[in-house]
Amino acid sequence: MSKTAALNPSCQLVVIGAGPAGLAAATTAAKLGVDTVLLDEQPAPGGQIYRAITETPVTKRSILGMDYWHGAELVTAFRSSGARHVPGTTVWSVTREGEIGFSVGGAARLIEAERIILATGAQERPFPIPGWTLPGVMTAGAAQILLKASGMVAEGRVVLAGTGPLLWLLAAQYLRAGGRIVTVLDTTPPANRRAALPYLPNFLGSDYLGAGIALLREVKARVPVIGDVRSLRLLGENRVREVVYQSGTAPERRIGADLVLLHQGVVPNLNLANAIGCRQEWHEDQLCFVPVIDAWGTSSIERVAIAGDGAGIAGARIAAERGRLAALEAAHRLGRIDAYRRDAEAVAPRRAITRFDKGRRFIDLMYRPRAEHRVPQGDTLACRCEEITAQQIVEAVKLGSTGPNQMKSLLRCGMGPCQGRLCGLTITELIASARGVSPADVGYFRLRPPIKPITLAELASLPKSEAAVQAVVRG
Amino acid sequence: MFRRLPEPAVAPVSITIDGMPVEAREGDSVAAALLAAGHARCRSSSVSDAPRGPYCMMGVCFDCLVEIDGAANRQACMVRVAPGMRVATQDGRRELRA
Ligand code: FES
Repeated sequence: MSKTAALNPSCQLVVIGAGPAGLAAATTAAKLGVDTVLLDEQPAPGGQIYRAITETPVTKRSILGMDYWHGAELVTAFRSSGARHVPGTTVWSVTREGEIGFSVGGAARLIEAERIILATGAQERPFPIPGWTLPGVMTAGAAQILLKASGMVAEGRVVLAGTGPLLWLLAAQYLRAGGRIVTVLDTTPPANRRAALPYLPNFLGSDYLGAGIALLREVKARVPVIGDVRSLRLLGENRVREVVYQSGTAPERRIGADLVLLHQGVVPNLNLANAIGCRQEWHEDQLCFVPVIDAWGTSSIERVAIAGDGAGIAGARIAAERGRLAALEAAHRLGRIDAYRRDAEAVAPRRAITRFDKGRRFIDLMYRPRAEHRVPQGDTLACRCEEITAQQIVEAVKLGSTGPNQMKSLLRCGMGPCQGRLCGLTITELIASARGVSPADVGYFRLRPPIKPITLAELASLPKSEAAVQAVVRG
Repeated sequence: MFRRLPEPAVAPVSITIDGMPVEAREGDSVAAALLAAGHARCRSSSVSDAPRGPYCMMGVCFDCLVEIDGAANRQACMVRVAPGMRVATQDGRRELRA
């Protein structure tokens, strides 16, 4: 499986992340003659949406569905593009000057790039409810990774809880694979329908409409779905045993569970963009921060572009198109193509974006998760690593700690190994709600490199001379 | 908690978890191998010693930290199994401070 790539100490373009945006960006740029390197954390291309696309043990294509297999085309095009792929790479720092620090195969390396495209994708929104740290509680995305990468399906009493398209997709995939689901606890607030309704006409023209309705029908025909679920709690000692919830105004109910899969949407993975200092702003519909970018994906730092869901959630098809746009701009700025050609080549991607973006607003508003499941209370953990409760955060706010970074020094939240990756949004929203202001006014953790833990042994291996950097890197 | 689809025959990979032999499959992450072997819990937390297990499977949460071939605090979801790999669940405060 292992692949070798001789890596120069510098190149024209480094793309970080091999999901749809990164694959399309690297392919487009390399085909235009740009010297391109694609760094990716996973051992095989695809990102999370097309995870294990080249090696999944799930060969019955109907299980994962056509939207998944679409990813194979991107990988095929990438492989013949001439871009160099360095899998199994952890990027721990990127500077404004274009120096990228990463580890691969237990050794640290530096590479300099004239331009950088961040295609770091999305991660699942935290679901901070009582009991969410118990073993046997995972995200729907985690279950999907187990299915794609290892052909594993949950068994026993499996409960799905939450809201958003991915929850239904996972349910359908499980059913197709012969899995059983005890129930789906749908936490979508019914009031969302009213907010989303004005955007329904646009959604009616969406490619996703038919597929979405079919998916809901497929699941609802075979699994009891309980709507308007609130006050979700998970109970157990050494692992999860019970789910407690309320549906509407009905009294509290309990169901036994061996595995609980949570999901309430995805948010951009902004760690690298944040650590480089790219400007970001609060997106009220999507309830998350998104980077500020121009029509080509260029961030507030001129050398750095951001493409794909890391630039705002828009789905895999748009991610690939945004990757292409960022690559065209990179090729233009690097002198490979003139502005005329760049604009001409951008017509098709822009048209595709318009098409696939139909109904995005409807979906965003329809699946906006409840405040109660985003902003925890009392002794529910907000920060899993340092085990900081919601109450501790609220008290710190009362004592005058008004931002995530002060919170960090006071409570250590965001200072555990995840460095705020998971709790960042929760902490921001908690502070915002305690202060009665918008998350936009609170801001986000300021991240500093290394953004991923790096061992001393890896650091010690950092080559001191250019020649050493030319060493063969094992992926 | 999880079962494997019967579909294709993926090559087995022998590892040990807390000294017990376990048969994982090629392409499994260590976290997948743990879950397939029924280990929902892979460590206890650094502050309150509470049980934890893989949550995100994509490198975000750091709740899957285990010891792999003697090195502590490795993200089990980000490391692939290899023949003869020794995996050990972790307890308490042996937490990595970044
Ligand atoms: S399961 Fe979240 S980091 Fe491994």
